Amino acid sequence: MLRWVPAVTLLLFLGPVAAGLVGTWLPAFGVLPALGGTEFSLAPWRRLLAEPGLVTSIRLTLGTGFAAAIVSLALVLAFLAACHGTRPVVAVRRLLAPLLAVPHVAVAIGFAFLASPSGWAARAVSPWLTGWERPPDIATVPDPWGIALVCGLVLKEVPFLLLMTLAALGQVPADRTLAVARSLGYGPATAWFKTVLPLVWPQIRLPVYAVLAYSLSVVDMALVLAPGTPPPLAPRVLRWFSDPDLSRQFVAAAGAGLQFLLVVGAIGLFHGGERLAAFLGRRWIAAGGRGHGERGGRIAATGAMGIVFAVGLLGMLGMAIWSVARRWRWPDVLPSVWSPGNWARQADALAWPGWTTVSVALAAALIAIALVLGCLENEQRTHVTPGSRALWLIYAPLLAPQIGFLFGVQVLLVASGLDGRWAALVWGHLLFVLPYVFLALAGPWRRLDERYARTALCLGASPGRVFWRVKLPMLLRPVLFALAVGFAVSVGEYLPTVFAGGGRYATLTTEAVSLAAGGDRRVIGVYAFLQALLPWLGFTLAIAVPAWLYRRRHGMKAFTA
Amino acid sequence: MSGDGSLVLDGVTVALDGATLIAGLDLAVAPGEIVTVMGPSGSGKSTLLAWLCGAADPAFRIAGRATLDGADITGLPPEARRVGILFQDDLLFPHLSVGGNLAFGLPPGLAGPERRARIEAALEEAELPGFADRDPATLSGGQRARIALMRTLLAAPKALLLDEPFSRLDAALRDRIRCFVFGHATERGLPVLLVTHDPDDARAAGGKVVEIG
Amino acid sequence: MRTKLILTLVLLAALAMPWRAGAQALDWADITAKARGQEVYWNAWGGDERINAYIAWVGARVQAAYGVTLRHVKLSDTAEAVRKVLAEKTAGRHEGGSVDLIWINGENFKAMKDQSLLFGPFAEQLPNFALVDVVNKPTTRLDFTVPTDGLEAPWGMAKLNFIHDSAVLPEPPRSMAAILDHAKAHPGRIAYPAPPDFIGSTFLKQVVYATAAEPSVLQRPAGDNFDSVTAPMWAYLDALTPHLWRGGKVWPKNGPALIRLLDDGEVDIAISFYPAEASSAIAAGLLPDTARSFVLDGGTIGNTHFVAIPYNARAREGAMVVADFLMSAEAQARKENPEVWGDNTVLAMDRLDATGRKLFADLPLGAATLAPEALGPTLPEPHPSWMTRIEEAWLSRYGS
Repeated sequence: MLRWVPAVTLLLFLGPVAAGLVGTWLPAFGVLPALGGTEFSLAPWRRLLAEPGLVTSIRLTLGTGFAAAIVSLALVLAFLAACHGTRPVVAVRRLLAPLLAVPHVAVAIGFAFLASPSGWAARAVSPWLTGWERPPDIATVPDPWGIALVCGLVLKEVPFLLLMTLAALGQVPADRTLAVARSLGYGPATAWFKTVLPLVWPQIRLPVYAVLAYSLSVVDMALVLAPGTPPPLAPRVLRWFSDPDLSRQFVAAAGAGLQFLLVVGAIGLFHGGERLAAFLGRRWIAAGGRGHGERGGRIAATGAMGIVFAVGLLGMLGMAIWSVARRWRWPDVLPSVWSPGNWARQADALAWPGWTTVSVALAAALIAIALVLGCLENEQRTHVTPGSRALWLIYAPLLAPQIGFLFGVQVLLVASGLDGRWAALVWGHLLFVLPYVFLALAGPWRRLDERYARTALCLGASPGRVFWRVKLPMLLRPVLFALAVGFAVSVGEYLPTVFAGGGRYATLTTEAVSLAAGGDRRVIGVYAFLQALLPWLGFTLAIAVPAWLYRRRHGMKAFTA
Repeated sequence: MSGDGSLVLDGVTVALDGATLIAGLDLAVAPGEIVTVMGPSGSGKSTLLAWLCGAADPAFRIAGRATLDGADITGLPPEARRVGILFQDDLLFPHLSVGGNLAFGLPPGLAGPERRARIEAALEEAELPGFADRDPATLSGGQRARIALMRTLLAAPKALLLDEPFSRLDAALRDRIRCFVFGHATERGLPVLLVTHDPDDARAAGGKVVEIG
Repeated sequence: MRTKLILTLVLLAALAMPWRAGAQALDWADITAKARGQEVYWNAWGGDERINAYIAWVGARVQAAYGVTLRHVKLSDTAEAVRKVLAEKTAGRHEGGSVDLIWINGENFKAMKDQSLLFGPFAEQLPNFALVDVVNKPTTRLDFTVPTDGLEAPWGMAKLNFIHDSAVLPEPPRSMAAILDHAKAHPGRIAYPAPPDFIGSTFLKQVVYATAAEPSVLQRPAGDNFDSVTAPMWAYLDALTPHLWRGGKVWPKNGPALIRLLDDGEVDIAISFYPAEASSAIAAGLLPDTARSFVLDGGTIGNTHFVAIPYNARAREGAMVVADFLMSAEAQARKENPEVWGDNTVLAMDRLDATGRKLFADLPLGAATLAPEALGPTLPEPHPSWMTRIEEAWLSRYGS
């Protein structure tokens, strides 16, 4: 049975992506029998191109997507190069989990309050410094250029890229390489860029592409932070999909197709840039410059990273405070009247979306962990380790824009009568939970010293017993951590809920997105804070449970640290 | 030769990427005998042991036959071979107590009191009475090595494979543990196959020495 | 003797009405029996937390009284629900649809009615419809000039009004011309939500009323006269837009967002559809105590909002039970309470029993609420066709 797990897993999450793409591309060329479209036609594309402000939308999409990905990557690389092996890296590593856990929407909402003209930052310096008796009429969040969206994305993608890069660094002889380079007279950051980056780049390339693809096609954050008239392409496509004029479905499908092409083109372009950078980099390395003036760069990189973490965490703190505020007017830095009443008033309204959020996230994370464990165990028993191409398959749902295939998935669900069911929702989330769970667990699982398993086998234990009694307990911490990752990913999903839930299911994330449009920051605070709290709880449990279980097993430190 | 408790290797060839590491090795280890296989690192001696206990890396091409107590074990899964192995690291399971590690070695089907008695007896033999609830991480290297041997012996193996089991121990300890392991193995009449690159080990084993590589 | 006779007749009429309704089509006992245990997915605009909290309260009440589980599907635009039903009809799902009840009026109602997407008539046979003031509140049966034909049950009476902070702006502008002057004098302090948000749309209707040469044409469907009638409106908006909040480049998403901007001091005026909204917002801690309501000279637009049941609703009986409960004195009085929501009732006081009347009599008015006589004349909604075209034109002018 075990040997079918990889096939079933691939089918379960690549099948829908492929079917979803077909189900999106056919209507893009006029084929959607349910709406009377039976003939191949270019009309949807003509209508799409005639949409007013389409060029603005595309420009916004490309501008924000590339800016967010490049800024995030530059920040992470500059920081790690400047601070490799120093205390700031240790501090950042410690603060990583809480920031990673916060769903995108919550980050966006928190940032919106910090940076808006009536927000926390402006309050802190008004009116004593700025002279603003009333909030200034400046478009900061949202702004017409999408800068706020770029900031929000950077806040969320920097921790992700940091995590992936730190993990990659652990798998290459970074310290020794660096020591050699420095003994040859290279400055630390120059040495890092010239010797360590080429080692880790192959391993962080796919995560970087995923960040680029995500930034280009983000919907939930854009609904909060991006301009709405017109919005970037992805939220605009979503708007067309929900237009009461059903003939707009064809335009929406063509828009989704365009979104897909944009992402593919952008990744291609980025890949080209990568090769150019590699070419220039080789000449730079060969030139033998040892690097000087690194001090300024180090301070700037550390400072920028500090700002990213401070803004991210302050945003959540702001939401936490709002959730217990009754009156908090401009220009007060803290609420004038506090009250727990927001939570009490929301208790009823929270129950149903809260339950949906938790039950779907738990189910999706558990199914994902079971499938991933099945794949990894099968891999070890058959001694077949998938090559690097398999990694592309795992990344596929993260690289393809969600809006580009979720419509097709919905068509599939409606056709099979499964839409709007809890199971469909779990499945929709599983598509995106599975890759992250795999990425979180594969490394630790494969790194476990295989002689433990061999010893156990030679002691007469069956492979099943070895799995349950030796591997699983020894890897409890990474398994629970991967489970928490899956849970957090599911809690944060927006579009899969919208499309697979058929409007019948609301989660904290969909509620937070719709509330963010409204006015009551106190209620928004409750939802955003709770949305962040659930994954935090998950990660805390993932760390605390093994630590408690193995509190008298010092040998497990290596596996639980 | 059949059924006398010997471990017999018959024409064992180990190759990696087309290069032959071990060619046509024939070897018989009688019960209570300790045969030492010596060779430099990369000579395939650890792979030979992994193959004997059924867990060789499939990257190696291995041909030949192994019989234990007259039965062909070549195609058997590791858990059915009844071949115990000790590595240079003790590999005590860090998530289990000392007693838990020993219990893992015990075959299933014994009643609770019987299991506890067997574990306590094993601890006595290892000169570590009352250590059942201890965390293995709090034990000294010598203590851990003795527990690892006891865990292997509790599984009632019919042969014992030793993969440089003493190389991590300091010199003073090494002699004592060597005596302890060899003593227990010969006492139980097990055929023992030792791979090492330490001539002292071979001398202490006092048996046949096979050089490979 | 005469008075006694009249009283008897009124009583008889009052008694007769529910009986007549019951005899006509609906077996109410059967419906409540079928409703028990059903899950009703109510697709309702979810942008206002006080309304959401009210709907949650309705959910708790119908659960307790009828065993109906109410799920509030929060929409940002009612058109989303129309689309869903239409998509289901197109896909051939004529039963077991995903929408059971919709909060609706105006062009969305017309769209659903025109395309036969609604179940009914049912509204006027609901027991509590007998309490509705169909005489003095004709919009309870005439939605944006379109007859409801019993396809939607009246839920509340809305009337456009404006809110200002009297501590910041003691004398608010009381006409569209004055609003334009105010915007020119104080750039960035006037804002309205982007259509199709209903507050934004209604503001545009208010502009077309104020600028059209002959407003009465708005009661008939828009035709070739669209450009000539709306030309002065576009001239007004072209003059206003550069002076709007954020220069008209960014728009508030909805009414509650505008209330927050007023509270933050970013804008001078908020717009609301609920006469007691200012009091309600003060009570909820969303506006300062100095917030006050005002209306425009010459009147503001008023309408009725309804609930309707899609033709393919899965929990049709449950939806009817909810619609009926929404018209009860208990639900209507709570809705009118400024501390809860502040939306006016559709009921006639003289059709209520003493307990029901007392519920309304005991309601606080709220310091910031205008007395009914100060609310000014009510302008009727234009025919829905006007708004559809105005929204399209607005989007291409200012929205892209």
